[in-house]
Amino acid sequence: MSPAARSKPTARLLAGLLPDRALTWEEHLAAHGPLAQPGPGKHLVVEVERSGLLGRGGAGFPTGRKMRTVAAGARRTVVVANGAESEPASHKDHVLLSHEPHLVLDGMELAAGAIAADQGHLLVHRGSSALPALRVALAERARARVDRTPVTLHELPARYVASEESALVHFLNGGDAKPTYTPPRPFEQGVARRPTLVNNVETLAQVALIARHGSEWFRAVGDADEPGTLLVTVSGPGTVDKVVEVPTGTSLEQTTRVAGVDLGAASAVLVGGYFGTWVGIGQARALHLTQHALRAGGGALGAGVLLAVPHGVCGVTELARVARYLARESAGQCGPCLNGLPAIAAALEELAGGSWDPRRGAALDRWLSLMPGRGACRHPDGATRFVGTGLAAFAEDVERHQRGMICAPGARTGWLPVPATAEGVWR
Amino acid sequence: MRVKVNPIECKAHGVCAELLPEWIELDEWGYPVIDGGELPRQLVAHAKRAAAACPTLALILAKD
Repeated sequence: MSPAARSKPTARLLAGLLPDRALTWEEHLAAHGPLAQPGPGKHLVVEVERSGLLGRGGAGFPTGRKMRTVAAGARRTVVVANGAESEPASHKDHVLLSHEPHLVLDGMELAAGAIAADQGHLLVHRGSSALPALRVALAERARARVDRTPVTLHELPARYVASEESALVHFLNGGDAKPTYTPPRPFEQGVARRPTLVNNVETLAQVALIARHGSEWFRAVGDADEPGTLLVTVSGPGTVDKVVEVPTGTSLEQTTRVAGVDLGAASAVLVGGYFGTWVGIGQARALHLTQHALRAGGGALGAGVLLAVPHGVCGVTELARVARYLARESAGQCGPCLNGLPAIAAALEELAGGSWDPRRGAALDRWLSLMPGRGACRHPDGATRFVGTGLAAFAEDVERHQRGMICAPGARTGWLPVPATAEGVWR
Repeated sequence: MRVKVNPIECKAHGVCAELLPEWIELDEWGYPVIDGGELPRQLVAHAKRAAAACPTLALILAKD
């Protein structure tokens, strides 16, 4: 990897985008070329494997390997496109779906053809503002007879854990959009009990480009081990919710600068969203955006969120607000999450409010260490990582609050986005 | 063999921790905290008894 040589913003997914509306089918073809499986002697699954594409939804699993596993049996399979962007600080999937829906739908059609799927399902949040563009795009494709595999558009309850892949599958099978105990994983037994490929919409859009241009083209930019480009949502001093496309391996510093953020005015950066990791500003500058580099530092790229918190925002209060949000968003199915997350949120609220009992410290540490790995899904793991790394990154604020001095004079709160919870809505 | 729990089925009866205290503790709300390592051979019979006794059949003995 030579980050300096490869750090220019590169428009692949976002090529030819219009600011105010989606590309039509004809405009999409003009921007990207005709829709076709890879040329003679090539197979899309092999091309995706060779491309080294990793899933862009958060887990970073190799997409080609997932496609091969789903396609391995003799049965008809199912393609599910996850566009229900639950991370409150992430907007990349929304940008893609509302400005370039055909690239995602191309990816669904191509993946379906490659893995013998006979149905596709695209999920977005209920009431999503991308719905009109998606309906128009589907109608355009029906008129032009583009797709062999029918795609159904679904509105998922806008809950944080509802877009976890087992929850999506449960919802499509007629149940609540709550995570289920696995195994079986969706690639073994998913929608209608068939092997199911669940991919983030950005991942499928990347597949649509790999089918057109090949794996070598894909690998020509970005990190050698995790090539290609990446959509990142950036917020911080100077910008809010800016979606940029950069080569993988670009430095965090360069990515935030391209998005218009002044890192000099920030105290800490959240990498990966509310499932992610806080890093202090000094450490953040040195980070590069690859799964392996971030994992080596105990972090994760997640869904590509970079959130730089400005000086003067009280870290403790922000952690408490988001911890309460994550507690509310639990599906309430598993004891550790149902009991542990509210306890953690309450402890942080005591700290934020200046009524900290030092004996709480040991309990909070215990809850944070006991939660990971004990839920049906990774919600408790993500929430405790968010809080645990946040307490370290905002150590000065924490100490101030522990001494009962609460927020610094003039401190701002309410900076991190915390959506209202649709209580009780799971269908 | 490893011991796991289906956390959706588990309703914190605590029978597992009584029958397999060498391997399972309860958190302050009564939910099991299970050693994730390979179960020693001398505990296998106890683990099987604990799995059979779980009122919600949430305790799982996994071969991997």
